[in-house]
Amino acid sequence: MYVLSAIASLATLGLILGWILAVAAKYLKVETNPIVQELEALMPGSQCGQCGYPGCKPAAEALARGEALVTLCPPGGSALAEQFAVLLGISVDLSGFEEPEILIAKVSEATCTGCTRCFKVCPTDAIVGAPKQIHTVVADACIGCRKCVDVCPTECLQMHRPELTLRNWRWHKPSGQPAGAAA
Amino acid sequence: MIALLQSLRIRGGIHVNEHKQATAGLPIDDSFPLPKRLYIPLQQHVGKPAEPVVRVGDTVFKGQLLAHSQGLISAPVHAPSSGTVADIAEYPAPHPSALPIRTVFLDTDGTDTVQSGESATDPFTLEPEEISLRVASAGVVGLGGATFPSAVKLNLGRQNKIHTLLINGGECEPYLTCDDRLMQENAAEIVDGIRIMLHGMETGRAMVGIEDNKPEALKAMRTAANFHPNIEICKIPTRYPMGWDRQLIRYLTGREVPAGGRATDVGVLMHNVATAYAIHQAIRYGRPLIDRVVTVAGGAVANPKNVRVPIGTLISEVLVFCGADKTRTGRWVMGGPMMGEALPFADVPVVKATSGVLALTGSEVKQGEEQPCIRCARCISVCPAGLLPVDMANRIRNNRLEAAVDIGLKDCISCGSCSYVCPSNIPLVHYFKFAAGELAARQQAKHKSEQTSKLIDERNKRMERIEKQKAEELAQARAAKEQSEKADTTI
Ligand code: SF4
Ligand code: SF4
Ligand code: SF4
Repeated sequence: MYVLSAIASLATLGLILGWILAVAAKYLKVETNPIVQELEALMPGSQCGQCGYPGCKPAAEALARGEALVTLCPPGGSALAEQFAVLLGISVDLSGFEEPEILIAKVSEATCTGCTRCFKVCPTDAIVGAPKQIHTVVADACIGCRKCVDVCPTECLQMHRPELTLRNWRWHKPSGQPAGAAA
Repeated sequence: MIALLQSLRIRGGIHVNEHKQATAGLPIDDSFPLPKRLYIPLQQHVGKPAEPVVRVGDTVFKGQLLAHSQGLISAPVHAPSSGTVADIAEYPAPHPSALPIRTVFLDTDGTDTVQSGESATDPFTLEPEEISLRVASAGVVGLGGATFPSAVKLNLGRQNKIHTLLINGGECEPYLTCDDRLMQENAAEIVDGIRIMLHGMETGRAMVGIEDNKPEALKAMRTAANFHPNIEICKIPTRYPMGWDRQLIRYLTGREVPAGGRATDVGVLMHNVATAYAIHQAIRYGRPLIDRVVTVAGGAVANPKNVRVPIGTLISEVLVFCGADKTRTGRWVMGGPMMGEALPFADVPVVKATSGVLALTGSEVKQGEEQPCIRCARCISVCPAGLLPVDMANRIRNNRLEAAVDIGLKDCISCGSCSYVCPSNIPLVHYFKFAAGELAARQQAKHKSEQTSKLIDERNKRMERIEKQKAEELAQARAAKEQSEKADTTI
């Protein structure tokens, strides 16, 4: 009997609280600014924190409030900054912008012990391997967040420039003086 | 009057110093000695690289398939001579970066043995589809420089029911005369190739555009096409870039290809004269594309001429054959000086796209110091695509690539006319090439970030699932423990 009444009272309590929550969710809904969503959709989404905010969403919110610069996201580069500026309807001078150098992780096979720690932290499952086996990084999936480098006990994970191939080779930017203004 | 009307059909363009006199009058040299080793890249065309079918150590005949095409847009490569496959490895590509590309190394045995007797067939008894198939398996690609697989283009023409096949005999780049010589010496074969193409595309009519600075080629082609009223040989003005397909289409047909559209939208398709010749060889004799005529010229070359060389020959060997002086060379270029690629060194192979090999002296490439823009608008008046080069370059310099795209960056064909005329030596076309590459990189980055969020999402879901599973297991374990405890107490 004792047991039954306990179950019943807890169940009712649960139901009532649940109902209150449901109502609250409906009436007290916080409208997310659609611009925040749009900004966030443009961001890399890796929650890397390099902008100084805890993740992409807080950064997007700060941008929408006008508290952050459009150049806040290092991995996004000038391309992202330009897209932000267009979306926010502001003009921005990107002429002095330094493009970020994207590095990707690479396992040096000589020292990998197959401890699987990197494998567990990688947010994009870019590391393949099994316990006690040498791990490797799939370069196409690595986003350069360095999480694996931080946990690797033997320092066999290091950041490298992605390998240059005919597919990703590009013309460098001409180093010219401004043509716009007549001297 | 008609001439005036037609000249209105040309937009922009420049008169360049032609430098063609040295080679246009000399016959094609067929005496190039067979190199000891050939380097045959597996990608010499637009599309997917070819996949090797031979192994290291295999002996191959001349014309034997080395690698087959992969996917819809691709082309096979064949052995340019007989010999042994020494290796299949990475080798520098004929590209400004000279980055490595997968290459078949072929040690020639000097006998040039052909696999089987060359088969002669009457092409006009073949089905049009069969023509495309044979052109595809011969590895023929657009030899004007675009290297788009020709068979794919033939199919496009057939499917889109085009009314006119245009043949580009313009050769508007300075120095280059290989198409000119081919037309002078092999006009009948080219005309035959055009007839085969017409049959393959089920098209009734062809127009060949030849610049008026090639009177000999015009004469030879007119004679060869004399008995084929459906093949019209047209004289076109000499102007760079007359060989650009849209310019030629506008001039010959009076129709404008819509922006972002294709030539087939106005019922035409364009092939190059050298492609017509290669198709003639492939269909009439079953010969794959394994050699080509290359113009060797430039101030540092003692005996400039057109040479027929096997694909895979090192450019440096061809230069030596023509007496090029390495010490006087300021720049090596593959293709023409306007749209060709500057090479960091000459030890890279001749490929299907190599129309010319130039060894230019320092004074020929000398570019003056860059000065501020004087707003003369010359770049605007010469742009064949009707763009505003100066404004685009300014936007790109300020990293505003999207803004440059808004004013037509994607329509730029990198013809270099704007850079050529700019009195301030502003490297305009370099900006556009940089921007095009950067936009491609952004496209890739965007694709990657989409993939990344998908991967992160999947991982989060998996983690949740694992958590849930763990929680359940824990709950079960607890329940089991309680059960057993209860059992203990009841006993
Ligand atoms: S840096 Fe390491 S953890 Fe980060 S994405 Fe690349 S492989 Fe994964
Ligand atoms: S390079 Fe581009 S912008 Fe310059 S003239 Fe040619 S098409 Fe026009
Ligand atoms: S041609 Fe050169 S100097 Fe003249 S407007 Fe164009 S960029 Fe400026």
